Amino acid sequence: MRLRLEARQQPSQTMQWLSPFLAAVLAALGGGVVFALLGHNPATALATLFLAPLATLDGLTELGLKATPLLLCAIGIAVGVRANVWNIGAEGQLTLGAITGGGIALAFGGEGHWWTLPLMLFAGAAGGAFWAAIPALLRTKFNAHEILTTLMLSYVAIQVLGWLVHGPWIDPEGFNFPQTRMFADDAMLPVLLEGARLNAGFLLALLAVPLAWGLLSRTAVGFRLRTVGQAPAAARYAGFSANGAVWFSLVLSGALAGLAGVCEAAGPVGQLQPLMSPGYGFAAIIVAFLGRLHPVGILSASLLMALLYLGGEQLQVTLQLPIAATGTIQGMLLFFLLATDVFIDQRLVFTRGPAHA
Amino acid sequence: MTARLALVGITKRYGAMLANNDVTLSVAPGEIHALLGENGAGKSTLMKIVYGVVKPDAGVIAWEGEPVVIADPNAARALGVGMVFQHFSLFETLTVAENIALGLGSTQPMAELAAEIRQVAAQYGLAVEAERHVHSLSVGERQRVEILRCLLQRPKLLILDEPTSVLTPQEADGLFVMLRRLAAEGCSVLYISHKLEEIRALCTAATVLRAGQVVARCDPRLETAESLAEMMMGGALTHTSRPPAQVGAPCLAVTALTLAADEPFGTTLRDISLELRAGEILGVAGVAGNGQKELLAALSGERRAAAGAVLLQGQPIGALGPAERRARGLAFIPEERLGRGAVAEFTLAENAMLTRLDARTAPHGLLDLGAVNALAARLVARFGVRCSGILAQGRSLSGGNMQKFIVGREIDAQPKVLLAAHPTWGVDIGAALAIRQALLDLAAAGAGVLVVSEDLDELLEIADRIAVLSGGRLSAPMPVGETSVEGIGLLMGGAAHAPAA
Amino acid sequence: MHDGFALIALLVATLRAATPLLLAGFGELIAERSGVLNLGVEGMMLVGAAAGFIATASTGNPLLGLLVAAAAGALMAALFGFLTLTLRANQVACGLALTIFGVGLSALIGLPYQGTPITGLATVIWPDLDSAGPVVQQLMLLDPVVWLALALPFLVFAFLYRTRSGLVLRAVGESHDVAHALGYSVLRVRFAAVLFGGAMAGMGGSYLSLVYTPMWTENMVAGRGWIALALVVFSAWKPLWLALGAVLFGFVTIAQFHAEAFGLDVSSHLLSTLPYLATVVVLVLISRDAARLKLNAPAALGKPFSAAG
Repeated sequence: MRLRLEARQQPSQTMQWLSPFLAAVLAALGGGVVFALLGHNPATALATLFLAPLATLDGLTELGLKATPLLLCAIGIAVGVRANVWNIGAEGQLTLGAITGGGIALAFGGEGHWWTLPLMLFAGAAGGAFWAAIPALLRTKFNAHEILTTLMLSYVAIQVLGWLVHGPWIDPEGFNFPQTRMFADDAMLPVLLEGARLNAGFLLALLAVPLAWGLLSRTAVGFRLRTVGQAPAAARYAGFSANGAVWFSLVLSGALAGLAGVCEAAGPVGQLQPLMSPGYGFAAIIVAFLGRLHPVGILSASLLMALLYLGGEQLQVTLQLPIAATGTIQGMLLFFLLATDVFIDQRLVFTRGPAHA
Repeated sequence: MTARLALVGITKRYGAMLANNDVTLSVAPGEIHALLGENGAGKSTLMKIVYGVVKPDAGVIAWEGEPVVIADPNAARALGVGMVFQHFSLFETLTVAENIALGLGSTQPMAELAAEIRQVAAQYGLAVEAERHVHSLSVGERQRVEILRCLLQRPKLLILDEPTSVLTPQEADGLFVMLRRLAAEGCSVLYISHKLEEIRALCTAATVLRAGQVVARCDPRLETAESLAEMMMGGALTHTSRPPAQVGAPCLAVTALTLAADEPFGTTLRDISLELRAGEILGVAGVAGNGQKELLAALSGERRAAAGAVLLQGQPIGALGPAERRARGLAFIPEERLGRGAVAEFTLAENAMLTRLDARTAPHGLLDLGAVNALAARLVARFGVRCSGILAQGRSLSGGNMQKFIVGREIDAQPKVLLAAHPTWGVDIGAALAIRQALLDLAAAGAGVLVVSEDLDELLEIADRIAVLSGGRLSAPMPVGETSVEGIGLLMGGAAHAPAA
Repeated sequence: MHDGFALIALLVATLRAATPLLLAGFGELIAERSGVLNLGVEGMMLVGAAAGFIATASTGNPLLGLLVAAAAGALMAALFGFLTLTLRANQVACGLALTIFGVGLSALIGLPYQGTPITGLATVIWPDLDSAGPVVQQLMLLDPVVWLALALPFLVFAFLYRTRSGLVLRAVGESHDVAHALGYSVLRVRFAAVLFGGAMAGMGGSYLSLVYTPMWTENMVAGRGWIALALVVFSAWKPLWLALGAVLFGFVTIAQFHAEAFGLDVSSHLLSTLPYLATVVVLVLISRDAARLKLNAPAALGKPFSAAG
């Protein structure tokens, strides 16, 4: 008697839906084990992580705030993965978007132009798109794989930001802290709710959901992207350009990540600092997969991931648990998802060993 | 005399499909035993069971009278079973000697092994060089490496799976000489094929499989090709009917096309010229790996050439991509079904869009799902595709039905020129018949059809003219009535381009 | 004489900087030659660095630390192997997951050890060190891990091309279906290769935390795992080229610290982008010839294997 994996005739629709939830539950259980090992009551810790942030209106608005960059980055990443283009440098594109958008804020903020904020958003998206266009060029012209180039450029972007806030853009009245001066009011995204930090960036991110869905499932461009990703030989046969798919998905995801960056700068942060994101660009990879690479799924997944960030902060405050604990849970989440996803196309069967034995 | 190999009641099930159902078969020492059956009759599964690659669900295997369990290929080799696979089990980037060493599971030094290879090769007239890399060998040479690897183990039973499908007729004759000699030395041969004439010429016993079951046993020397075919198919043979066609003006012309190979181990096309006329079927014969893939890529637009090198109805299209050529009336049925002609994970509706994304299905770049679904439903109905509906995934269809869908999709586009690569490869006989008929009908309706196939019988059945591709060069096409299998065989072997002796 | 001395000091520093890349790179080279693409090198290095540091801080024995690091890396690799080989999950996604998990896990377990001092790995004690010249003395100051890393190219070369196991490994990476049909256990070979890759990555990571800069800081591997991956592509899966690439990158890393000595006045932030930019440049140079890349890459790289039947 032994266990064996057997291919299913049809992929299981049930597992397709169930898998992310299963993964979330397993990751929560895994998190409980981690908390127990760290010497905390797992029930209390898990309640703090997952429930406490949802108990207050303030918590809910913070959830939307944290979900914004995750959602923007993850949608771009998902469009890419659908086309088999792996942009894992959203963190860098986000950083560059913060730099370009923030540059506009520093240059024109406070002068009272109506166009300052729109220009910042545009510059942020353009900056991110530019940073992603480099790997697109290197991939299509020189065949250099985007996984490595996008990631390497992330490290570069973060160093460039570090140089700017330590050097040329440092706040002259900031006691030599590595940060720029605060953005003027007209260079800040309007908040949605008086007293909360949730801002108009959240609406932009929400808007991206139906747009991405329409793109993927209702346009010829989306169909071509999916074909290139699913079966490159079929795409060549059909005459769909693989290079076009690389350019389109990288520039799109770069622009979305850049937008996320400027929204962070012109939102909760309000200035440029050496680190504009606690790893949103990387966590967005998990969000994209957890959301089944589907825009609506990604919306839910981004809220869950935002909850992890938020709950992680609460844990730090109330139980003095390290923020790294939530990083571990994030990793487990993706692992469990990939493991449970295996059962979409396969199932476990019991066998009794070879019949002729 | 005790049978060398006896199978009793072998059954193997894959999901809902019974690949082998209660198969009983016995091979005597020194016998060349044919295992005959259509594609999908269960021949390959049965042989994999004998070789220990696949485990049966039920049944007994007896080797020289003793029941045995063949757990894996190593066990099979230990018994004395050698197998030459249809798709060669060779490592392209390794040398002949390394390949043989891996197949033998031996630990002897390479130099010793190389000497032994030379000796056995000479003994059986199998010329190969031990130090060469497999990727540099021709298909025929690779088969020799496979056979050599088996012979070095001094097998008592040699299994060959469709060995002549990759050989020229002359190479096949050489193979038969070697097999007869091996049999005379006492080695049993299990010969899997669906080619009736060669079975009649070579084999001394035959077991016929249909739908996984043994349906007949016979001595093929006493049968006719017709009677063997009827055993194989379980009914009288049906033939395609050739509607009268008017051969018209050239619709596809290639002039002096030379194109360097674009991937490792590819073939360079050299100075290819051809003219396809409206209403005719032009067959391109040849052994795989002689430039078929490259020629089709150059014609379909997956690879570009000089604009004037390829003319479609007089218009230069050589520099255009596949979608642009398709828009001008050139359709293409590729060799691989899933992954190229269709996407396994897509629904039939999505697969219909693959080559039919136009102003009707996607006006202004927005998909019109109603139009797409109607198209897919029409293809399914018109070409008799058996499926659970247009939302069925590509991979849920049988090979024959998927191919009917792809062929139907391309024919339904009303092309002026249709390129078809191995259109009936690996499909059941019913679907093959329907596909050949569809190609004949399309030509009769005035389109030019170019069929690339390794199956010479198929080309002789449907083509009007045949040209042979060998070493990246294309011979001048000849009307089918004026050709002979031997003549084509010589061209397949590259005779036309060999330096004069 | 002084110039020669400076040069040899530069060489020693270069070799030390190249060592983690050599260790992790050769681990990945073996894994990829068996047909498995493990993008989790960065994560395995980080967990190795943290685990090795903790073991050393707890026992005071850096050699034990190295071993623990190798075990921790192999454990991470086993997780990856279970998912991709046993369950046949997507290798790219699992590799990314391994890295994300490794970043989190190493930060978590290493947290209590931030700022803990340790005694790093001692150099080999050579009996007649005093009598040797200053140049030889410098070389002899290299620790044993560097010597191991320098021997790796030759060991791996001999293994791949001169042993039967190496031949089987290459065969499995070339075509798992053929290897399976011939009766080789594809999964066993690949699991072994992946575990070796993990152990080497773990050790490479711990070289950073035990020897290179004997301390633990979060994310201290700083992309070296990814650079090692790029180097494997750069090497076209050939051991001696990988060694050359690693040493080259060791030099780029060192050059950034010596920039001032060369009279360059550039922000340290911008200088530290050098290894990353160099990686991109190297990738571009090596990938340009797509046909060559395809020819050299193990044909089954990244493809899941299923033994049907």
